[in-house]
Amino acid sequence: MPASQLSKDRLTWMYTHMCRIREFEERVKRTFVEHPGTIRGHAHLADGAEASIVGSLATRAENDLVMPSYRCHGYPIVLGTSTRALMAEIYCRRDGLCKGFGGSMHLADPERHFPGTTGIVAAGIAHAAGAALTAQVKQTGQVVYSFFGDGSSKQGGFYETLNLAAVWKLPVVFILENNDYQAYTHISLEDANHVAGDPLSQKAKAFSIPGVTVDGTDPLKVYDEVEKAVQRARAGHGPSLIESKFYRLSPHGNAITVPPVPTQFQEHEAIEVYGNKAEFAAGKAKDPIPKFRAYLIADGTLSEAAAVKIEDAARAEMEDVVKFALASPLPNPEDATKYVYA
Amino acid sequence: MPREMMFAEAIATAIGEEMHRDDSVVYYGQNMAMTDRDPFVKKFGKSRVRITPISETAELGIAVGAALTGLRPIVELYMSEFMLVAFDQVINEAPRLRYMSGGQVKVPVVFKAGYGFAAGWAGQHSNCIYHAMMGIPGLKIAVPSTPADAKGLMASAIRDDNPVVYLHHYMLTIDKGEVPDGEYLIPFGVADVKRTGTHVTIVATGWMVKKTLAAAEMLAKEGISAEVIDPRTLAPLDVDTILSSVKKTGRLVLVDQAPRHSSAAVIIAGEIAEHGLPYLKAPVKMVTALDTSVPYSEPLESFVLPSEEKIVAAVKSVLAKQAAAV
Repeated sequence: MPASQLSKDRLTWMYTHMCRIREFEERVKRTFVEHPGTIRGHAHLADGAEASIVGSLATRAENDLVMPSYRCHGYPIVLGTSTRALMAEIYCRRDGLCKGFGGSMHLADPERHFPGTTGIVAAGIAHAAGAALTAQVKQTGQVVYSFFGDGSSKQGGFYETLNLAAVWKLPVVFILENNDYQAYTHISLEDANHVAGDPLSQKAKAFSIPGVTVDGTDPLKVYDEVEKAVQRARAGHGPSLIESKFYRLSPHGNAITVPPVPTQFQEHEAIEVYGNKAEFAAGKAKDPIPKFRAYLIADGTLSEAAAVKIEDAARAEMEDVVKFALASPLPNPEDATKYVYA
Repeated sequence: MPREMMFAEAIATAIGEEMHRDDSVVYYGQNMAMTDRDPFVKKFGKSRVRITPISETAELGIAVGAALTGLRPIVELYMSEFMLVAFDQVINEAPRLRYMSGGQVKVPVVFKAGYGFAAGWAGQHSNCIYHAMMGIPGLKIAVPSTPADAKGLMASAIRDDNPVVYLHHYMLTIDKGEVPDGEYLIPFGVADVKRTGTHVTIVATGWMVKKTLAAAEMLAKEGISAEVIDPRTLAPLDVDTILSSVKKTGRLVLVDQAPRHSSAAVIIAGEIAEHGLPYLKAPVKMVTALDTSVPYSEPLESFVLPSEEKIVAAVKSVLAKQAAAV
């Protein structure tokens, strides 16, 4: 079904999840200021990616699997993972999704079709193809959604995996989230396609699979392209590559520092590293949430009051989530030797 | 009824029996399953038996993802060094994912690779790299030395719910031995006493077990009784069986084809130093490869690797130490 035929309920569902992701990430960000030391190590935020995440996952069938990179808070929120458990994990707590063993970058909720993420750039692309191998061998009809950043597309594992996934016609959709930065490095310094003025979806040509670039700030455009790729995968024709372009609204997520030096840049790299305020302002102007809100109100899907209600509900939910996570106890130290072997 | 078969055939037999037993076992790698005449393709079909490009990161990473979601993949790597180009998947993905998920997932995968070739393969295809993996929590390592062990350890590796690196020594490929028919499982972490003795304990793995048993024969002719222990898995490592033997003999020689500081021998020596010192009548002696890469030309290669003669000399030296002390 094209996005133009999505029901009002479905469009509302999309806006609701975009707001929930945004508010969750806002609370993670605020935690660094309001409760310093509560979050250890890395935390990579998805603000700016909401339309891309929700537009993609709106195409999912019930049992399809989702395997993103370590910028991974947004997807399980859409899949129905407890946001309390998610925040508690990021806060190092016993009630965390992974009981405090994983943290922000290493989330797993296998019961909700989220087999797990890895903190090593591009390593999860092969894992997603592996999940697609399981679907193919067991003939489950599942499709696997593989999300990764533009930085991952310079790793060898990307090329090896897309080649083999194409040879084996694995039911996987590769969604390359291009936010213009690999960590702090601007894409103009490291991507051959970008340097030549070409889209990154051009990389698909190396594997003779479909490759398309889409405006990742528009959930409906994302939906249409991902839907085509999912249908192709489910029909047994193999993978596709979708470049979803949007701007990351927060800094990368970590500077390698020791406590108490904050791990977050105060400002986005565009400003902090490159002094390019205009670039950041342009990115901010394309913020997918006010854009989609305006669209839904103009379209008649949502009234102003209905939109506010959704936003208030997201705020109330995440307020509760923060309270829950702060109140959750830390893990028992001696539990550290659990889970080494199955 | 046990049947005589070659080491390589014993491994293939275990894989075939486990694939027959469990539909979720899949087997793939480079330069295998190339035609429909391949016996595994014939038996199990092209979905479960596959050929891959030379793409170890994808091969191993796909296996990890498949294992996470319900398959039991065996990846044929041929040479253990080929894992090095995808070591992230071996060291930092497969064994970590369960732990980081707080025990929610498991990664039942077998990385099968030959190792330790000593037939002129020179510096990059002759190595023993198990030391680099031995200390990784969550990862298991099997190193069979006989056809029967090769079968039993492979069957156990496939059924294990954890990632297993299964290393088969290339110099043992065509060695023959009795192999039990049907289901035959060797538990991990249980060493095998390959020869009983009273004067000295010698620990060895893989091809070095064969060399050590030959050395023990030479020593027996001189009235020296050597006990030969094969740990069979380096992770988990059966320290208790080695300790019990040392308690009996009071002397320990560790034979290992790897260079000294990247050997399993140093790890065993550390365990015995901590737990077995009261039993030792002489210092532990390690017979390892010299600290060089493996050279190409035969006289150079032989000079570098442990030999029966070097093992015999090491045993005599630990016995002499005791004599000197008395």
